[in-house]
Amino acid sequence: MATHVDDPRIIEFDVRTDEMLVNMGPQHPSTHGVLRLVLRTDGEIVSEVTPHIGYLHRCAEKIGENLTPRQWIPYTDRMDYLAAMNMNLGWALTVEKLLKYELPEKARHLRVIIAEMGRIASHLVGMGAYGLDLGTFSPFLYAFREREKILDLFELACGARLTYSYLTVGGATHDLPPGWLKQCSAFLDQLLPVIDECHTLLTSNTIFVRRTANIGVMSAEMAIDYGCTGPVLRGSGVDQDLRRDGETCYTEMYDGYAFEVIVQKDGHYPRDHAYPPVPQSAVLGDSWHRFYVRMLEVIQSIDLVRQAIDRYSSSKGSFGEPVKLTEKLPKGETYLETEAPRGQMGFYIVSDGTSIPWRVRARSSCFSNLSVTHELCRGCLLADVPAIVGSLDIVMGEIDR
Amino acid sequence: MSGQAFLDRLKKKFGDRITGANLEALDPWIEVSPDGLIDVCTYLRDEPDLRFNFLNCISAVDYFEADPKKAAKTGWEPHLEVVYHLWSVPNRVSLVLKVMLPRWKDGVEGELPEVPTVSGVWSTADWHEREVYDLSGVWFTGHPNLRRILCPEDWVGHPLRKDYEMPLEYHGIRGR
Repeated sequence: MATHVDDPRIIEFDVRTDEMLVNMGPQHPSTHGVLRLVLRTDGEIVSEVTPHIGYLHRCAEKIGENLTPRQWIPYTDRMDYLAAMNMNLGWALTVEKLLKYELPEKARHLRVIIAEMGRIASHLVGMGAYGLDLGTFSPFLYAFREREKILDLFELACGARLTYSYLTVGGATHDLPPGWLKQCSAFLDQLLPVIDECHTLLTSNTIFVRRTANIGVMSAEMAIDYGCTGPVLRGSGVDQDLRRDGETCYTEMYDGYAFEVIVQKDGHYPRDHAYPPVPQSAVLGDSWHRFYVRMLEVIQSIDLVRQAIDRYSSSKGSFGEPVKLTEKLPKGETYLETEAPRGQMGFYIVSDGTSIPWRVRARSSCFSNLSVTHELCRGCLLADVPAIVGSLDIVMGEIDR
Repeated sequence: MSGQAFLDRLKKKFGDRITGANLEALDPWIEVSPDGLIDVCTYLRDEPDLRFNFLNCISAVDYFEADPKKAAKTGWEPHLEVVYHLWSVPNRVSLVLKVMLPRWKDGVEGELPEVPTVSGVWSTADWHEREVYDLSGVWFTGHPNLRRILCPEDWVGHPLRKDYEMPLEYHGIRGR
């Protein structure tokens, strides 16, 4: 050991090979929220990662025990704030399941339009922020330029740009304003070429492929064991999408819609011929595949919104009036998961027969997705940690609740 | 498989460790005793035709009413329920398991009730059980790393207990 050597020149050039604890954060390597990672490193190699979460904890579940379900809708906005519409939808459907509420047909199509637009906005941020994680700034600007247009459309519909509280128990707070559908179609038409641009910026970019392919490989078994959902699960080749496989009260929203679950089968993704091919170095379940699934889901959502616009304009009846603010809940309990952009968002509600729930529980998709990091990062390079954590596309607001 | 047939099969296999069920509820559930939990869960996960290999969520519900007038009307004794929502990826079926616990171990206030950990069955349970311990105060015996996860490590109390009182101050920050 160097400490026993008397010659100072030897001490000077001695290289320590001890393990070192490196603290990353409390801040996300990019802009997803506040996360602290404690890394145990041996030189450049990471031997252990311990995520420390809870910096955004507000105990929303406790707040939910003191409010009626409709009053709690704004708190769901603040969970996954990049896909607030989908959070509203998940909670609204759970309460409707408990109430056994029959939604008018038009309201269902409206919800598909809004939820899928929310998914596009969320995946655009996911893509842009992932670029930031890897040290490229331009895709972020491309993504935010398009997301801005979606926020403008949402602002027209409900007046808010981030925390909408638009979809609510019983339908939506307002109908879509006149001319909205036309603007939405025009937006979708110009979005498709932009997605192609993003593919050239990232998907087939050599540097991007080298940073992501074969990095953080997650097997299907590991993904299921850790409860990973959404693009993270499908990126590992598990064919599961709650829009098709979920409970009836959720899947009936998508009844009659034509869409294929984005998952690799026989080496091919649905409709991937129009997009860059899977690179040779990529392995199913790596960071590149998780990213690619998100990119293809944007195309899928564009398609779904187009179908929903047709159905919405041809259906008659109400857009779904919200239930009374103090609507009495029947005694009982129920749990429902919906397919939010980042994975399966679950809500559990226990009612004692009054209008205020006895217990409210939110099952966060990112919470389970993040819990797998210590397995994925074991033995990887220090520089790959942001690449792996970024590919899980987490939002801390949802994890900490 | 119908609910009744499934319940009979479990009862035949595990006897009195299946302590009850409610098949009429909106989400039917099966009640398991704490000492049989791991065996039942492993069976549900590994049986070739069941394959409940995915754990959605673990939640704890505190049934406690401080107001004696309201408590008389509730129709239940104070207790704690731990609810496991399971899902089978190959069969696309869900299942709800419940474990009933006393609010405090041996009735001593402050002593957390105990239930065996299922983090060896599904790795999802690792963080979920830490969250339930943190917020609802349930001790999962055998858990490899049962620490608080959302609240700071030096936090006192379990916020989702119905008799929880918000601290007046925390490190000089006013609480109420």
